Amino acid sequence: MFTSHVERPVVAPTAGGSPGPDRAAPAEQPPARSGWERLKRRLTPYGFLTPTGVLMAILMLTPIVMVIWYSLLDGVITTKNSAFVGFANYAEVLTDPVFFTAVRNTLVFTVSSVVAHFVIGLGFAMLLNTPLLSHRTKAFFRVIYVLPWLFTVAIIAVLWRLLLNPNGVVNYLLGSLGLTGGQTEWLADPSTALASVTFINIWSGYPFFMISLLAGLQGIPKDLYEAARVDGATPLQQFRNVTVPQLRPIIISMALLDFIWTTQQFALIWMTTGGGPINATEMLSTFTYKLAFSRYEFSVASASAVVVLLLSMVLAFFYVRHQKARD
Amino acid sequence: MSNGARMRYLSAAAIAGASALVLTACGSGGDAGVGGGSDGGDVTLEFAQWWEPELPDGAFRELMDKFEDENPGITVELLSGPYASTKEQVLAGAAAGTMSDVVGLDGAWVNDFAKQGAIADLSALMADDGFDDSQLVSQVQVDGSTYMIPVVNFVYPMFTNDDLLAQAGVDTPPSTRTEFQDAAEGITALGDNTYGWVLPLSLEAPNGVQNDVMSWVWASGGSMLDDGQPALTDNPDVESGVQFVADLWDAGVVAPGSFTMKEQDKVEEFTNGRVGMMIDSLAHVTTIQEANPDLQFSISAIPAEDGYSGERGIPYASWGIGVAENSEHKAEAMKLVEFLMSEETNAELSSIANAFPGNTESVPDFVEDNELFATAFEIYQDGYPANEFTGLPVAEELMRQLGEQLQKTLNGDQSVDDALTAAQEQWESEF
Repeated sequence: MFTSHVERPVVAPTAGGSPGPDRAAPAEQPPARSGWERLKRRLTPYGFLTPTGVLMAILMLTPIVMVIWYSLLDGVITTKNSAFVGFANYAEVLTDPVFFTAVRNTLVFTVSSVVAHFVIGLGFAMLLNTPLLSHRTKAFFRVIYVLPWLFTVAIIAVLWRLLLNPNGVVNYLLGSLGLTGGQTEWLADPSTALASVTFINIWSGYPFFMISLLAGLQGIPKDLYEAARVDGATPLQQFRNVTVPQLRPIIISMALLDFIWTTQQFALIWMTTGGGPINATEMLSTFTYKLAFSRYEFSVASASAVVVLLLSMVLAFFYVRHQKARD
Repeated sequence: MSNGARMRYLSAAAIAGASALVLTACGSGGDAGVGGGSDGGDVTLEFAQWWEPELPDGAFRELMDKFEDENPGITVELLSGPYASTKEQVLAGAAAGTMSDVVGLDGAWVNDFAKQGAIADLSALMADDGFDDSQLVSQVQVDGSTYMIPVVNFVYPMFTNDDLLAQAGVDTPPSTRTEFQDAAEGITALGDNTYGWVLPLSLEAPNGVQNDVMSWVWASGGSMLDDGQPALTDNPDVESGVQFVADLWDAGVVAPGSFTMKEQDKVEEFTNGRVGMMIDSLAHVTTIQEANPDLQFSISAIPAEDGYSGERGIPYASWGIGVAENSEHKAEAMKLVEFLMSEETNAELSSIANAFPGNTESVPDFVEDNELFATAFEIYQDGYPANEFTGLPVAEELMRQLGEQLQKTLNGDQSVDDALTAAQEQWESEF
């Protein structure tokens, strides 16, 4: 979403642009420049910026402002004359018990996903970075491991719905190994649904971590490891004192981005469980969607969306601060 | 220049630019207007629907050409898309006041659009035009006025797998609830992952509540409404219908996976022969026959309460039609509605759509050459189309609310009475 790309360079040209000509102005230039020319000179950089500014205003600012405005009105879109109701819509959202179920589910879903993405991603990245395997073998496994990332969400949802079907492959395998009764309703049972969608999300998202961490691993200078070995460090000590500190900036960036993206996961949940059974997999995204497109309560949905926006902005704030600290 | 001043300039420039763009967009949008140009007295009607893509290529356009020939001076422009995008388009049009002159409607949207003032009162238009509404099979009304006319109907009878029933020792499809439960238990007892019945209760697409749960109530002449208001409690018909579903669940005859199952999963379970009986749209007959040509199945009326001998309500979904309130050509729009509802056109449309006509006099062709459809048509004519969700406010959300309560009941968290009481409360707040 918009939170992740803050286009800092936008202001940069003005900072470097306008003082330049003034400083370079030679002494023999006519001293009295007309006011119009001076104004033109000053405005020129803004002229260059206008296309970006207009695009940002239309594509980012307008929708956000509209949603915030809608959240303060009553019965917006569905009635002709909506009245200003202040924070009544926020009160409605924040007193709805389902909203808190959604917050809790979103947290469980997101934290488990991010942690698992990191652990699995790092594990596979280290396997792929090992000097023990030939390049060809590593290339082969790189393709295999990255596969889940190449499917679109719709395909992933259909695939796992079939696999996890009570008559599906997963149940058949687990049943024939004697691990389960062979008829588990993974997605349809309130006690297993949240874990199941989290598992699907982990499966579909770890390659992103893996690829980034692999790039990071390949960038760690070999001499650091040599030095560590000379000092008598064991492989575990090398991992703790060389690998992890070297990867830390990537790990933090990836974890924050993944956290932001996963909190906003909608399609996967909607296409596998629709937020059910009962409220077992209700997330902030499905909660807001139902308000808007099932109950047509666009005002309340806007209020819920603004709450989600604020939560995302907290995360985005940490991300931007971390990026700045790196620069 | 200070940073603040720079930002102010930047914002001003951006806002000026944005306004210019928005104004240009409004300008060009304004020309299109609703209903198109009317030069030389000719009228162009916009007709937004999802029907054309679901019919054989060119078939719907042919009907429109016929209408244009019969009504010189009126041109019909078809705006066709899949169901879901038509819904969004109509919803956006209703909000912005730019709805097409004639719109395809689903009964579930009617109440919201009527309350919003987006669709026109057809009762008044029919009266102005002297149209005889007694030939219509049904009309969807809000506060006593008609806002949608079902053009063709897709009914939901009971499908039974002949082989599974025979193996379970049942000769004829069940026609009462007791017979149904016995048959379901017999089929489930065959083992090998076979179940008697299938119940899709997905909260994403909650129409199972309408087609697979409330259908039991309607089939015994019951109603979930009282004078247009929700009546889920103190209503023996609803209680016994929902209790029956819960009993089937407790008897273990319902295929697993219900809570996330959707209509297409239900059809798949039946097609694969894993489920003996289901309630489903007649529109799926061809799909089932194509996917599993060896499957022998029959169609019959949904079983009623033991001893019930009245007319049976049969759930249906419609392609409905309505006229936009903002249309400048309501009289011409009404002509198109009347054309589609006329005996001959309606029979033709039903034939190409494999659906049942919205005109009482029309008889579609396929009824004569296909035994399954002929049986279904008999069921349709013997009973009455019943779908009480059409015309209700936020109909889909009502289904979802009841669906969620049912899930809790079936999960053992509450009784049937508690579920109905909770759903009644939720429904009341939506009316």
